[in-house]
Amino acid sequence: MNRLLLPFAGFAVLVAFLAFGLTLKPSEVPSPFIDKPAPDFTLPQLDNPSETFSPSAMKGEVWLLNVWASWCYACLEEHPVIMDLATTHALPVVGLNYKDIRQEAIAWLERHGDSYRLSVSDTNGRVGIDYGVYGVPETFVLDKNGVIRYKHIGPVTPSAVRDTLLPLIRELQK
Amino acid sequence: MSRWWLPLLFVFLALPAWAGDHAAETRMLSIAEELRCLVCQNESIAASRADLAVDLRQQIREQIQAGRTDDDIRAYMVERYGDFILYRPPLKATTVLLWFGPLLLLAFGIGLLAITLRRRRANRLDERLSLDEQRRARALLGQTNDVGDLR
Amino acid sequence: MIPEIGHYSLILTLFVALAQGWIALAGAARNNATWIAFARPAARAQFLLVLISFVLLAWSFAVNDFSVSYVAQNSNSYLPWFYRLAAVWGGHEGSLLLWLLMQTGWAFAVSVFSKQLPDVMVARVLGVLGLVTAGFLLFVLLTSNPFDRLIPAPTDGMDLNPLLQDVGLIFHPPLLYMGYVGFSVVFAFAIASLLAGQLDSTWARWSRPWATAAWLFLTLGIALGSWWAYYELGWGGWWFWDPVENSSFVPWLVGTALIHSLAVTEKRASFKNWTVLLAISTFALSLLGAFLVRSGVLTSVHAFATDPRRGVFLLLLFAVVVGTSLLIFALRAPKVGMGGRFDLISRESLLLVNNVLLTVAAAAVLLGTLYPLFIDALGMGKLSVGPPYFNAVFVPLMVPALILMALGPVANWKTAKVRTLTKHLNVPAIVAVTAGIATPFAFGRWSLLVAMGIALAAWIATAAVLGIFQRVRATRTGLLAQPRSWLGMHVAHLGIAVFTVGVTLVMAYETEQDVRMAPGETVNAGAYDLIFHGVTEALGPNYVAQVGEIALSRDGDEIRTLRPEKRNYFSSDMPMTEAAIDANGLRHVYVALGEPLGGDAWSVRVYYKPFVDWIWIGCILMALGGLLAISDRRYRLKKRERRARSTAARAAT
Repeated sequence: MNRLLLPFAGFAVLVAFLAFGLTLKPSEVPSPFIDKPAPDFTLPQLDNPSETFSPSAMKGEVWLLNVWASWCYACLEEHPVIMDLATTHALPVVGLNYKDIRQEAIAWLERHGDSYRLSVSDTNGRVGIDYGVYGVPETFVLDKNGVIRYKHIGPVTPSAVRDTLLPLIRELQK
Repeated sequence: MSRWWLPLLFVFLALPAWAGDHAAETRMLSIAEELRCLVCQNESIAASRADLAVDLRQQIREQIQAGRTDDDIRAYMVERYGDFILYRPPLKATTVLLWFGPLLLLAFGIGLLAITLRRRRANRLDERLSLDEQRRARALLGQTNDVGDLR
Repeated sequence: MIPEIGHYSLILTLFVALAQGWIALAGAARNNATWIAFARPAARAQFLLVLISFVLLAWSFAVNDFSVSYVAQNSNSYLPWFYRLAAVWGGHEGSLLLWLLMQTGWAFAVSVFSKQLPDVMVARVLGVLGLVTAGFLLFVLLTSNPFDRLIPAPTDGMDLNPLLQDVGLIFHPPLLYMGYVGFSVVFAFAIASLLAGQLDSTWARWSRPWATAAWLFLTLGIALGSWWAYYELGWGGWWFWDPVENSSFVPWLVGTALIHSLAVTEKRASFKNWTVLLAISTFALSLLGAFLVRSGVLTSVHAFATDPRRGVFLLLLFAVVVGTSLLIFALRAPKVGMGGRFDLISRESLLLVNNVLLTVAAAAVLLGTLYPLFIDALGMGKLSVGPPYFNAVFVPLMVPALILMALGPVANWKTAKVRTLTKHLNVPAIVAVTAGIATPFAFGRWSLLVAMGIALAAWIATAAVLGIFQRVRATRTGLLAQPRSWLGMHVAHLGIAVFTVGVTLVMAYETEQDVRMAPGETVNAGAYDLIFHGVTEALGPNYVAQVGEIALSRDGDEIRTLRPEKRNYFSSDMPMTEAAIDANGLRHVYVALGEPLGGDAWSVRVYYKPFVDWIWIGCILMALGGLLAISDRRYRLKKRERRARSTAARAAT
């Protein structure tokens, strides 16, 4: 009797895993940079290409790096949320303008509002690759020492802000 | 247009570069074939048409030209995207069961089969028909008359 | 109005199915003849009702009724009529209706082709099938109704996914589902026997043709899917170990083990429990496949649009059907009764080793497919398991199975002498080694893998052909007079040999080039020359195409013009490649357009694929073998016997 129940037992374990699997998001690739120092880069600023920016300039502040592009529809969706973070919560947000055309990016910001501390132009996407970006939009949370603490994949939603981002940022700002 | 030969000249000048690139291109493709495209997640970076795949193929080409080894290039990718980008899961503590699982299952299956076969033989050998049963068997098989004597 | 009738028809079917399930099973348990007699007509009624639903959905597509949400999502007024009809199963809801049609269709077939079975048995089988059908009907009615309305109706639909606008869509899902669903019949037979408490070799004899029929459909379905991906995706790949492909391959492997195990149980009444477990497992794996594909649990290019509610329901269906079956198995499987004895070297033992190899291979593929999910669920990170793993694990398991394929048919039941085996297999061994060593030279590059692959294929093929030849000579009755199931076995094994040749040679000797071509330029692929003659624009019914013109020639003789296309469908942003292939049975020259590179130049991909057709020809042979097996005389004898019995009865009165 015991032996014949083995198939059932194995099957029950399988179903348990599959049930749990329904709660997971298999296509989301977690970032290997969590709790690691942010990769360094030097990129021209979007408004003023003769000036450059590096993440080290943000040392001492808790800040967000938001990957966006004018051709990205979901970025438009999350833009009000990002702007709200920057203004209402006084959070420095640096935009990484990913694989975009400078004129179109500037026009996009003019049309939809710009509360970024600044945006930098990653025209060929190299810095994006260095950060493990595989889709747009993506948002990184960096702490005062320039260590990446969290990566949000996809558009930032109000509930993500409320439940995950703000608590983490408050924690880091202490 | 007057200078119709200009494009041809460019192609002609580019030809030697194309020829030399062939080996590097093949190497790039063989590395890219074992990397997963993260956008269209069930294609390799070699086959995918996504922008990111095109960018990454270019990255691999540049790294090959910079003299990096295949392992270096793969490590570069894993550093940025994690183990998920590798089609061939690396052998680690978490993948021991994956890589050795089939072998273990095979050993288990063959072992189970061997034990079951041997147990059957042992059981069968103990079974012997009693004299009464033998007579009944023969009668049923038509080899004897009703009394049980062989015809 | 018409879609509503379709909807109501499904609701009605649900009631009939539930009624059939309870009445037939209860009737069988109580031996109530009236209740038992309900089974057959109920099965036929279910099929007719689902057929009505199906026809009405097809009608909605035919007349472009975009007020039906499913039609609006999968069709378009510019879509050619044959794709509009195939679009019925182009999306999730419609494909489930197709599944239901097959499910009730197979039950209908059982109700017709079971005259020689005791009515009690048939009632149980149909009862089980009715309950399974009811489960799927609940799923459709609660979460995936194809007849949902879209108010207000759009003026035109979103069009069928361009990837699906192909002849492959017309046949691939129907064949595949015939296979998946077909295995529910042998599953039902197994459960029915367990419920009856009667597990003997007659169960195996009755189920065997049904299992083989389902197997042959699944073989064709998978082969067609592979061929379709090959020419449609434009990259010349024919198998990707994609989770959805694996979901169909795993039941196929276990189904192959099942048809071999049924042979042992039928002939020798041995290993009944194992065969029953295989019968339950094959259908369980079909259900698991349906769950994996539609739940979003695994990422795949094939996956349907996912909805977590559907995933939960399908998992529930899977858990209930398979869990109940395994419990019934644990409780009712006989603990005694070992059947005929056999030696350590005998056909039985060889077939059992075959079973172990196939089952372990299936488990390995399933392990690789589900491992990322296990690791993620345990919070141990994100992994990806791709072709390198599957190839490394699957091929070594299959090599001993291929070796056995020639041994099994010449081994005697019960006991086989090694000397007899070697006598039969001397010639195949010599042919195999010679062919293995020699063939790579013909392709210009010696390779051990090629030698092994060719040797195995030659080993199997020679043994099969020799076996047929010897038997025809011994019986002196000609090829067609031989028992069909025996012929079928050899034809199917021959199919595997052909398949192995195709896979080995293509993987070792294919060439791929991705080149920039301007009009007038030439590229070489093996002995062939391809001259690019530029690209022109053409208009299709629902797309605009860039059509390339490439002249294919060999040694100066022009063979034909290849016209690969790049299509932009009005409804989609993704451009579609239509490859152009020149096939002559021994090789493919495969051309696909890449991107325009400025001026008149384009990037063009040229592939040379030797013997790639043999992959699918091998599969067709396997299916043909299955077809021969189920058309065996002994399955038709019953009719003659019944006629003889009835004439004898009439004569006696």
